Amino acid sequence: MKLNLFLLLFIFFSKFSFAAEKSVDPNLIHKNLRCLVCQGQSISDSNSDFAQTIKLVVKDLIDEGKTEDEIYEFMSDKYGDWIVFKPQFNAQNSLLWILPYIALIFGGFFIFSFLKKRQ
Amino acid sequence: MQKIIKIIILFIFLFVIGIFYISLTRDTNYNTSSLINKETPEFKIISFDDSNFFTRDDIKKYDYTLINFWASWCAPCRIEHPILMKLSQKKNLMLLGINFKDKELQAKTFLSELGNPYDLLAKDKNGKNSVKFGIYGIPESILINKEFIIIKKFVGPLSADDYNNIIKIIE
Repeated sequence: MKLNLFLLLFIFFSKFSFAAEKSVDPNLIHKNLRCLVCQGQSISDSNSDFAQTIKLVVKDLIDEGKTEDEIYEFMSDKYGDWIVFKPQFNAQNSLLWILPYIALIFGGFFIFSFLKKRQ
Repeated sequence: MQKIIKIIILFIFLFVIGIFYISLTRDTNYNTSSLINKETPEFKIISFDDSNFFTRDDIKKYDYTLINFWASWCAPCRIEHPILMKLSQKKNLMLLGINFKDKELQAKTFLSELGNPYDLLAKDKNGKNSVKFGIYGIPESILINKEFIIIKKFVGPLSADDYNNIIKIIE
C-alpha cells in the first residue's frame, strides 16, 4: 500500500515537474517584451495593434515548440535588442553588464585601503 | 591618497556627464536599422486575390524588390502612393505590395482611385507575416536585392529623398 502510494506520488510529481519545465508562459513573455509604439508599456500592458499582433506571433511560436529564450531571440532578431526589457549579454551592451561589478570591486578596494590607512 | 580620491571623483563626474550627453543627444526614435545587410526571412504570403502564395523565389527573378506594407486606412500611405507609381516604371525594380490588416473592398477602392503600382500584390490579414520583416507600423518599405539581402528599410511614407536614394541604388 505504502509502495503504491509512493509510486503514485512519484509519478504525479515527476509529471508535474516535467510539465512545469516544458510549459512556456505567454504572459511572462508579453511582460518582457516592449511595445515599440507605446510610451513605456510592455506588450502585456498594451492593447495597441502592434501588441495584439505580437501576442499572436508569440502564441504561434509557443505552439511551434519554441522556448522562452528562442522567442526573445526571434524578437530581437526582428526588432533589435530594444524590444526585450532584459537584453541578452553581447559586445554592444557588455559595459552595461560589467560596469556594476567593476564599480563594486574598485569601490571595495577603495574602502578597504581607506580603512586600513585610518587604522 | 588625496590625489587618488580627486582623480576618482573627477573620473566619476566625467563619466556621469558623458552618459548624460550621450543619452540626451541620441536619436530616441526607434528604428530597425539593425535589419540592414541581413537576409530576408523565408516567407509564404497569400496573394491579394487568394489565388496563390508568394515566396522568396518570386523575388529572385528581379535585380531589386521593394516590399511595401500599406493599407487603405493608412493616411500616410496615400502620401507615398505617387512615389510608388513612379517607381513602378523602373524595369529592374519589382514592387511587392503587402496589404496590411485591411478590408478587401476598401483596398480595391484605394488602388482603383490612386492606381496599382504593384507587380505582385499580397495580403497580411492579421499582421503576423509582417513581424517576420520587423514591421511595427505602416507604411514601411524594404529594398531587397536578388540575393535576398535587405539594402534599405524605410519607416514611414516614402519621400522624394527616399525615391532618389532608391534610384541611385538600383541604377
